[in-house]
Amino acid sequence: MADIILKKIYVKVWRQNSPKAKGRFETYEVINVSQGTSFLEMIDILNDELILAGKDPIAFDHDCREGICGMCSLYVNGHAHGPDTVVTTCQLHMRRFTEGQTITIEPWRVGAFPVIKDLMVDRTAFEKIQQAGGFVSVNTGGVPDGNVIPIFQDDAEEAMDAAACIGCGACAATCKNSSAMLFVAAKVSQFAKLPQGQVEAKKRAKAMVAKMDELGFGGCTNTGACELACPKSISIAHISRLNREYLKAKLAD
Amino acid sequence: MSNFLNASIGRKVFMSLTGLFLISFLLIHLTLNLFLIFDDSGNLFNQAAHFMATNPIIKIMEPILALGFIIHIIWSGWITLENMKARPIGYASGDQLLKWWEPAKNMFILGGMIAIFLVLHILQFWVKMKITGDPLLNEPLNMPLEAGVEMHNAYALVAGLFKNSVLYDIVYIIGGIFVGLHITHGFWSAFQTIGFNNNNWMKRLKCLANLIGIVFAIGFSAIPLYFLIKF
Repeated sequence: MADIILKKIYVKVWRQNSPKAKGRFETYEVINVSQGTSFLEMIDILNDELILAGKDPIAFDHDCREGICGMCSLYVNGHAHGPDTVVTTCQLHMRRFTEGQTITIEPWRVGAFPVIKDLMVDRTAFEKIQQAGGFVSVNTGGVPDGNVIPIFQDDAEEAMDAAACIGCGACAATCKNSSAMLFVAAKVSQFAKLPQGQVEAKKRAKAMVAKMDELGFGGCTNTGACELACPKSISIAHISRLNREYLKAKLAD
Repeated sequence: MSNFLNASIGRKVFMSLTGLFLISFLLIHLTLNLFLIFDDSGNLFNQAAHFMATNPIIKIMEPILALGFIIHIIWSGWITLENMKARPIGYASGDQLLKWWEPAKNMFILGGMIAIFLVLHILQFWVKMKITGDPLLNEPLNMPLEAGVEMHNAYALVAGLFKNSVLYDIVYIIGGIFVGLHITHGFWSAFQTIGFNNNNWMKRLKCLANLIGIVFAIGFSAIPLYFLIKF
């Protein structure tokens, strides 16, 4: 298939010099972009032009560019990680856009994720939630032999599905309440389904929910937007498990 | 306990449990109201209204029901305000993922409309039946009464409103539809919040929620619609 060149597109980007500075949108023209270009490469091309013109390039988060590190973010035309489903922004390509289109790029808008510069946000809040209980600290011994720990395949699969969370923040960014429930649910679920996670289950659910609330994330109203935006398709059924784990822990108090 | 009441999940448990309680009330309410359209003499409805007004269990449940409504309404306002604070700056490109009309996104607005409707509804019927009285309530009944039994003609009051006012017919039809829409999200959501959900039950609960929502929407709107068309 011959490569299609987008002769001209308009990119409307949020520019903000520092966390405290007042931000604004600026629109740039980008010419001759191949539809085979990835979305982030398109911003690289734009940044090269900005640097050549002596301007400040657009700051944005990125790292692995293969959808596994959770570093890229960006809210593109009203969609977290762009209009494609089950991909991160780095896996989004310009073939999703058309000639002459205006592409609006915004940072994650979550109170608990303050903007550092332009499109970069500080996602330390997720690290703090994780540090509050998203780990196993009891001694579980060395690597066990295969099939020593009895566990149903379905449970192992569900734990793995939850563990697929890369902590990108798309759930909180897309949720109308900026709720981090899908993230916390995934981090609680990946342990709740496994025997190693049982020992600290009660402590974990309470501590992680308390930290999430403390950091200023909103509450879940079950709109389901998070699971649609999630690049790893993490199900909101995990949120129900988090609720269950939390209520069980609270009832035991 | 105090941190449970303030925790995001704790607050929602109140919404969930009061919501399920209100749905169970609406089911009884709808069942009795449907007597309005199955007996034009009004006897069936009057007997039901008389039973509800005199039954001791219902009398005990009445203040509990009021409390359920109050908690559900106040908590929703509190939760919504807290949730709005979590996003100080909104998106210029809006949210293109969920459609604007989806009940899940509009629970507070739908709930607010229902609350306004509820005030009107209480003023039109409950206040007249229980406090101020109304000449229509004293209209003669179509049936003989046992000695010593006093019965209001509640049918005359309710049917009178629906027969005479096209505006209120429309208001009540819209009210019924809003309640139905609210429940299509609220019902399964309540189970999700108390932790009674998983991938298998998600489909069943959502299906049941849509079913209950549709039954309520059609059921409640059918009553004013019946009077609008027939009379």
